[in-house]
Formats: sequence, structure tokens, C-alpha cells
Amino acid sequence: MTDFRMPSLGADMEEGTLVEWLKQPGDQLHRGDIIAVVETQKGAIEIEVFHDGVLEKTHANPGTRLPVGTLLATIRGEGEAPGPPLPSAAPAELPRAPSPPPPRAIAPQPSARRKITPAALRRAIGDGLDIATLTPGPDGIIGLRELAQAPAPPKRRTGGINLDEMRKAIAAAMARSKREIPHYYVSSTIDMTPMVDWLSAENARRPAPDRILSAVPVIKACALALRKVPGLNGHFIDGRYVADDSVKMGVGIALHGGGLIAPALDGSDTMSLGDIMQRLSDLVARVRGGRLRSSELTDATVTLSNLGDESADTVLPVIYPPQVAIIGVGQIVERPWVVNGALTARKLATFTVAGDHRANDGRIAARFLKVLGQVLQTPEAL
Amino acid sequence: MTPDQWSELVKRTLYQVAPDLEGQPIQPMVRFNEQFEFDSMDFLSFIAGLHRATGLELPEKDYPRLTTLESAVAYLTEKRPA
Repeated sequence: MTDFRMPSLGADMEEGTLVEWLKQPGDQLHRGDIIAVVETQKGAIEIEVFHDGVLEKTHANPGTRLPVGTLLATIRGEGEAPGPPLPSAAPAELPRAPSPPPPRAIAPQPSARRKITPAALRRAIGDGLDIATLTPGPDGIIGLRELAQAPAPPKRRTGGINLDEMRKAIAAAMARSKREIPHYYVSSTIDMTPMVDWLSAENARRPAPDRILSAVPVIKACALALRKVPGLNGHFIDGRYVADDSVKMGVGIALHGGGLIAPALDGSDTMSLGDIMQRLSDLVARVRGGRLRSSELTDATVTLSNLGDESADTVLPVIYPPQVAIIGVGQIVERPWVVNGALTARKLATFTVAGDHRANDGRIAARFLKVLGQVLQTPEAL
Repeated sequence: MTPDQWSELVKRTLYQVAPDLEGQPIQPMVRFNEQFEFDSMDFLSFIAGLHRATGLELPEKDYPRLTTLESAVAYLTEKRPA
């Protein structure tokens, strides 16, 4: 039997609210299947399982807020004998009354000792309300009317992310980073003209929906340079650096109205530019409006913070633990530049590496920037 | 199409990119990037949406003319007059 617990989806997560089970006891599970949805400070996240097996029993009910590590379910491995039949998550009991009033429908798995209608449950979770704090109506059930009497839910935005909660999550992760990680910074200005010119020629051949943003070759070039200069791609775990073979680039994506999430783009070093563009659009859409998967919140081996067009020249980013480096890049702007002794106008961008001195040194970051500069001079090879 | 019809189509395309804008006033001469916090991905989604709705090619060199409601309507009216 394997315990399936409330996962930690990042350095900043302390608890999550179980929204729904997508698998039921008796269901066959395969590694990577989505078993449940959990509401976090970064919105609703689809939780994946890491083992093959059969869902034996669920231990938590939708609507409950649970600390990281809480037992959520038991999974029986392949070939294991089933345990004694156990009732899964307590079925809802209808209110008992001598002459019952027409009973309202109740959500199939209400929060422990709380009876709530399905509509109220959905809205309560969406509004970030803890069901334990709600007062039931005279019939002992929480409905939409009872919800309306609850204290005003915190500020929200479209896409279902609570910006106050997200700010707390960012604060927790960045405070931990600044407390624990001895940062150093190394920076270079790189001539982006070959990449920009190559990309406009490439995009001129592509219909509008297939065009590629300049962020995409930047992601790929960084990933390739990280492969050539090992030491910045991986995690700092139990007091030492553990390198990762592949580059899963965390890409900082801003939310309209504030806050940001940096989900992992796996295969950053192996996919074609067109494929990276598709993955990136999908991630942006799901960061802003839909659901990310748990692995996308936990798998990044390094992060790229791209300020984008019409922003600023330089960003000195803060490492997202347990990663050991973050790359910042500012806007691409035309500036005077010297080529072969002659002054000329070139399109430039400033790249900065923030590194974790417990894991690496500025020398490695400098080598990375040099290789990155070379990779970006031959964009057709990306 | 008339400028008014183009204006409606541009607004509809903007709402597809950013549904939270629906019902908000749009300042015709202020660039989308400035008034709606559009980033390059949002802008590209807007261009792709316009392309799907019109079949027009909308090459990158014309992007500067598609950054405000007013200039986009002028551009589209010019490409496809009433």
C-alpha cells in the first residue's frame, strides 16, 4: 500500500483545499494520471499520481483545507492483495427530522461534519472560503443562502486565482530564498540582431497563428547553453547540489492584475521552436485561466525571467528554491555597439544569472553567458 | 465592412484574448499593451484571432498599425473597404 498525501507544490505551499476526486476507489491508476484537483494559492492544480496501482480508499473529503503531508488516499500497488473492505470517504447523511422538510440535495462528499449543497460547495471553493467557518441554515445544511451571509470573500480575478493569496505565496518563497540562498549576480549584454532578423524572416513565412515569439528562441538557447555548461541546472537538496540531465525551464508568466507563476516547460532543450511555442501558449493560457498540473509546479530545474518588450533593460531575479540559478533577460533594444572597431546600431539584450553560492560560482555563470552569446549568433541552428 | 463593423470585430477579438475586459471601456487611441497590460503573447493571440476572423495575412511589419483600436480599424478598413 502506498500513502498518497497532500503534495507540496513548491517552496511556498503549506496547505491546499481538496476540490474534487477525479478517481474513485477501485479505479486503476497509472503513473501521471490526474487523481484529484487541489485549490492552492496558485489556483486550482491537477494532482498527478506517481505509481501504478488501484485506488484503495480516499481519506479526505472535497471542500476541506488540509496541510501539506495530510493523508489523502491509499493506493494498492500492482499484485498486492486488496485490504479488508473499507468504507471510503464518509457518505453524506441526509438530515434526520421527524417530519422532514423537502431535503436539499447534498454534495456527495461533504466536508467532515458539514453538510453542504453541491452548488454551495463549488462556489465556496471558488471563492476560497473554508467550509469549516460557515454557519449552516436551520436544517443543518449550508446552501447558497448561508454562503451569501458569510464574510465577503477575498479579492479575486478572472481565472480563479486569489491575488492576495498569490502574493503571500510569492512572499513566502522569496523570503525563504533571500534567507537561505547566498545569491551572486553575473551579467552580460548580448547582440540579439541575428536572432531577431532570423526570426522576422521565419515569421514572415508563417501564418499568424503559427508565428513564434522571441521568448522562444531565448528559452531554447538558454536550455542548450545550460546543457553545455553544467552546474546551474538542478536542485539543492539536503545540503548539496543534484544536477538534472534534462532542462525543464521554469518560465515566469505574469498574471493580469499582478503576481506570477513559473511553470516548468519540459523538453526546453530538445523540442523544436514551434513545439516550444505551442507548449508556452498552452502554459500561459492555463496559468491565467485554467489548471496547471502538479508536475509543472514542481519539476523546473532552472527559471527564466523574461521582462519582455517595452519593459526595462535589466532584471536581477531571485532564485526559486530548491533551484540553484535563475536567468533574467530584459527588453531587446537597438543601441550603439562596436563591431570590428566600427560603431553600429545593434539590437541588444542584457542577460543576468543569479546563482546560489552554495552550489556554484560566478565563474560558471560567466561561462554560461559566453556560451549563450555564441548560441544566439546562429539562430538557424536552434 | 464599415469602420463601425470593424470596430465591433476588433473588440470581440480583444474579449476573446482577455475575457475579463468584456464590458470595460476601450480607449481608442491608447495602445492595448498600455491599457490592458497586454504582453507579447496576448498581442500575438489578438493578431491570430483577427487573422482567423478576416483571413487577412497581417504580417509582422504591419503590427505597429494594429496596436490601438483606432489604428486597427483604419488599417482593416483600408485592407477591406466597405
